[in-house]
Amino acid sequence: MFELFGIPSTALFGQLLVGLINGSFYALLSLGLAVIFGMLNIINFAHGAQYMMGAFAAYLLLDYFDIGYWLALVLAPIIVGAIGIAIERLFLQWLYRLDHLYGLLLTFGLALIIEGAFRQRFGSSGLPYGVPDYLRGVQNLGFMFLPNYRAWVILFSVVVCFGAWLVIERTKLGAYLRAATENPTLVRAFGINVPRMIMLTYGFGAALAALAGVLAAPIYNVSPQMGSELIIVVFAVVVIGGMGSILGAILTGFGLGIIEGLTKVFFPEASNTVIFVIMAIVLVIRPAGLFGRGA
Amino acid sequence: MVAKHVAVPAQRARRNGIAIAFAVMAAVLVVGPLPPLSLYPVDLMRALCLALFACAFNLLIGYGGLLSFGHAMFFGWAAYVAAHLAKVGAVSLPFWTGAWNWIVIPLPPLTPELAILAGAAFAGVLGVIAGSLAIRRQGIYFAMITLALAQMMYFFALQVKFTGGEDGIQAVPRGRLFGVIDLADNMAMYVFVAAVFLAAFALIYRIVHSPFGEVLKAIRENEPRAISLGYKTERYKLLAFVLSATLAGLAGATKAVAIGLASLSDVQWQMSGEVVLMTLVGGLGTIFGPVVGAAIIVAMQTQLVSFGQWVTIIQGAIFVTCVLLFRRGVVGELAALLRIRL
Repeated sequence: MFELFGIPSTALFGQLLVGLINGSFYALLSLGLAVIFGMLNIINFAHGAQYMMGAFAAYLLLDYFDIGYWLALVLAPIIVGAIGIAIERLFLQWLYRLDHLYGLLLTFGLALIIEGAFRQRFGSSGLPYGVPDYLRGVQNLGFMFLPNYRAWVILFSVVVCFGAWLVIERTKLGAYLRAATENPTLVRAFGINVPRMIMLTYGFGAALAALAGVLAAPIYNVSPQMGSELIIVVFAVVVIGGMGSILGAILTGFGLGIIEGLTKVFFPEASNTVIFVIMAIVLVIRPAGLFGRGA
Repeated sequence: MVAKHVAVPAQRARRNGIAIAFAVMAAVLVVGPLPPLSLYPVDLMRALCLALFACAFNLLIGYGGLLSFGHAMFFGWAAYVAAHLAKVGAVSLPFWTGAWNWIVIPLPPLTPELAILAGAAFAGVLGVIAGSLAIRRQGIYFAMITLALAQMMYFFALQVKFTGGEDGIQAVPRGRLFGVIDLADNMAMYVFVAAVFLAAFALIYRIVHSPFGEVLKAIRENEPRAISLGYKTERYKLLAFVLSATLAGLAGATKAVAIGLASLSDVQWQMSGEVVLMTLVGGLGTIFGPVVGAAIIVAMQTQLVSFGQWVTIIQGAIFVTCVLLFRRGVVGELAALLRIRL
């Protein structure tokens, strides 16, 4: 163990790790928001609720069906993705011709319903969800202790983010998606079922949020309000990064997580607000956001 | 640009409609606390303050087309400032002279009208800062920025000492209006709150129907065209934001003095959502909509107070219903039915 800037290395790297974990969730969630916004022109306020539902899905699968973490990592996103598709079919599809703000208001209402219902059923206190057996334990790296599960979360998030970027930027499906974002009418004229693509995109975004929720379940407790607190920070992340670029959303997410972690070490009073302060500074210097292409 | 007002029949009908509606509203305010209705004055005061809050919010969304999802910061912080000044008075400000020092301004506890004005002024200053940041982006980004800034102000409220953290500022004295009239009696306080509400309501009506209000509506409808006509739209939007913030602050400050409490729930994002809901239910861009919406939501909350989380669920369901089926709101639908503007 040694000291850096007068801070014990375990504390410094420990907070850096917490920052990277938070950054993983920011990246996964802002990625989903950006993909949904690109196709649907809707800011999905229910994203936090879908993240929370993912965590609850993992908890309930274990509680009722004795289905463990690894299967939940697959099943929870599928379940929440299906709910997302139902939401798109039932509600969102009627809004595409209206002002964007109605999409925000509708998904805000959905978030209230979902969060209220879970609070009614499960109460406000957190429910514990254990770390899977394979990933218990801690590595001593000399300068810090690295819990295996946390290393897994960071690694897996990076892989998922990179995979999503690869699909969107480098495959034929992604090309259709990007084309439909630019000009849906023209893409439809080529015989591609754009409404179905929009539906699946929303489902995919919701599934991504749920995946983040399952990853978060063993770290934080599973609680109904875990999503609404996070989503406001993610909105600030999205404002900072701009939603024009997938890679931008990912990088901003991880970067801000790290900055937040470091703030906890050097100036703990500001750790809750640092991302909002950065947002204000970015708005002054680069109003379109770091990776944005105009407002 | 300014055409002479020629009162065509449609315009006269519109004015008559508004005059009648205003008379009805004033009559409800007078009759409300008296028998046979005998509504509890404290409930009425809360409803009036929230109605004013919604009217202030509506000035921005209904006439400027700007959806702020962070108006709780003005409402809540003005409540804190007014409550502190009415209860304690003395203000400590940090300043930097090589190290942080505190300068203490030894004020006595202020009279209620001064405390309320100070709270509103604070919200106005906050509005200048938040507004000049938020109007740099449009549409959805505007909503997200205001929400994020409000969350930052929520965390400040949680950390700063004078707000009392989780407890809030309790037992705020109502004091003597202008140092003379004792407001301890509920009816006296109610008359004062109703007067503040009606004055602010008239002011908002005046703003909406002024040349400034017309330009604001033009920006809402087509900003590039307004720019090409030579209007500096940024300035109009900022002024609308500051006016809305100040009036929201007036509502919050009045609430703090009338109810005697400024707490975290006034600055939380749920409060920002609630004011959106009230305005949406009543009717975006209608003068009376926010008042009706506030009345409906407050009545619902009071009725369902024992049902816990069901209030949140029902509020969410109202959001969804309004957006899908009922975008004009109660007053908007009524006005469309009667073919007048309210």
